[in-house]
Amino acid sequence: MPERTLAVLTLEGVRVTVPAGTTVLAALQNAGLSPLRRSLSGEARGALCGMGSCSECRAVVDGLTVRTCLTPVHDGQSVQRLGIVNREV
Amino acid sequence: MKAIVIGGGLVGAACADALARHSALNGQAARVTVLEPGPVGGGATAAGMGHLVVMDDSPAQLALTARSLELWEALAPALPSQADYHGCGTLWVASDEEELAAVEPKRRAYLAAGREATLLDAAELARAEPNLRPGLAGALRVPGDSVVYAPVVAQFLLERAGATVRREAVAELRDGGVRLESGEMLRADVVVVANGIGAVSLLPGLPLRQRKGHLLITERGPIHVHHQLVELGYLKSAHGNDEDSVAFNVQPRPTGQLLIGSSRQFEQPDREIDWPLLRRMLRRAAEFLPALENISALRIWTGQRCASPDHLPLVGPHPHLDGVFLATGHEGLGITTALGTAELLAAQVFGVPSELLAHDFTPARFDRLPEVAHA
Repeated sequence: MPERTLAVLTLEGVRVTVPAGTTVLAALQNAGLSPLRRSLSGEARGALCGMGSCSECRAVVDGLTVRTCLTPVHDGQSVQRLGIVNREV
Repeated sequence: MKAIVIGGGLVGAACADALARHSALNGQAARVTVLEPGPVGGGATAAGMGHLVVMDDSPAQLALTARSLELWEALAPALPSQADYHGCGTLWVASDEEELAAVEPKRRAYLAAGREATLLDAAELARAEPNLRPGLAGALRVPGDSVVYAPVVAQFLLERAGATVRREAVAELRDGGVRLESGEMLRADVVVVANGIGAVSLLPGLPLRQRKGHLLITERGPIHVHHQLVELGYLKSAHGNDEDSVAFNVQPRPTGQLLIGSSRQFEQPDREIDWPLLRRMLRRAAEFLPALENISALRIWTGQRCASPDHLPLVGPHPHLDGVFLATGHEGLGITTALGTAELLAAQVFGVPSELLAHDFTPARFDRLPEVAHA
């Protein structure tokens, strides 16, 4: 079996190991962190298009709000959902 | 009465609504058909900020915007909640004492037009909008200005008018009607051309030019802004000359998002984002609201205003085509002045009174201007 490169990141305080080359969105989904955020009226929101157009998968990576479907994982990343950051979950 | 309105933006929808209501008052059922090949309110109506604002570049503009704000206030209770009508008021922000000194004539003009306007000094401005940078001279506060999500209003007015909306493009204006691109002829007593810059393809001599603008909306964020904020320098940059220009113009959405403008460019008919100009626009905005540097953009888009040489819309009968009326050329004020435009159009069509008839908004006013001679 070929050796796979791994990345270690922190999802809301929990250290997880994921294959390098995947996206932060995939890491969040694999960890079962859902919903990604809530609308102003409290509806659950999550990734829709997976290609950077809909902006529904936003989360905070190392202090910056990004579209997680376009953000590759790398070692040492710290990821939080917007609802946690804005204390609105 | 049979009426055709070309264009399903807010101006067209407001005209359809006014024609239907006045016709009903005359005891005639109006049959209004709106021709719109795209989505309702999907053109300049959707691209703009939806800032309902009194402006006084000219006495006619002041009369039209002030009357329109009264009509918006009357309409507001009937609007669906999705229209996001929100009376936040406007702060015209003065950067220095020179700009602040120029505010007093503006304030008096607003009061004379029946619109409340008060002067804020530097300390009062800082209390009203703590996120503005320190050192600004003051502001003119216009509490009666509002914001609205215009595409929803366009749909609402078309439904209230009982208008039939057909997803068809018009190929040609004819005496007594229009010919559709499909070849079909539609007849009507009144035809209203209300398709913004699209009017030029039907009436090539019109003195109208596209003026592109950029807007950006942020995510919900930590920056609280209470009024629509516009720099007084906007008045210079907005209409000053033909060069590309930017100005600080920020609107708080009811969601907590910020809508950031503004830019103006002639002869850029494409929809592409001009990144250097966008950077200038955002740098200008951040000079007034430094905290913008730490907030993420969700979307950026462009739209095309439809500008006339004197920055007033063309509302009234076509000089040579019987039964054809124009309602276009609103530049950046089409959402604000859609309701005043519709009142004026109804006054012209049905011969009912309107104070707006005191000003010349008719297309015929340009027959005297050289711009039309070579067009």
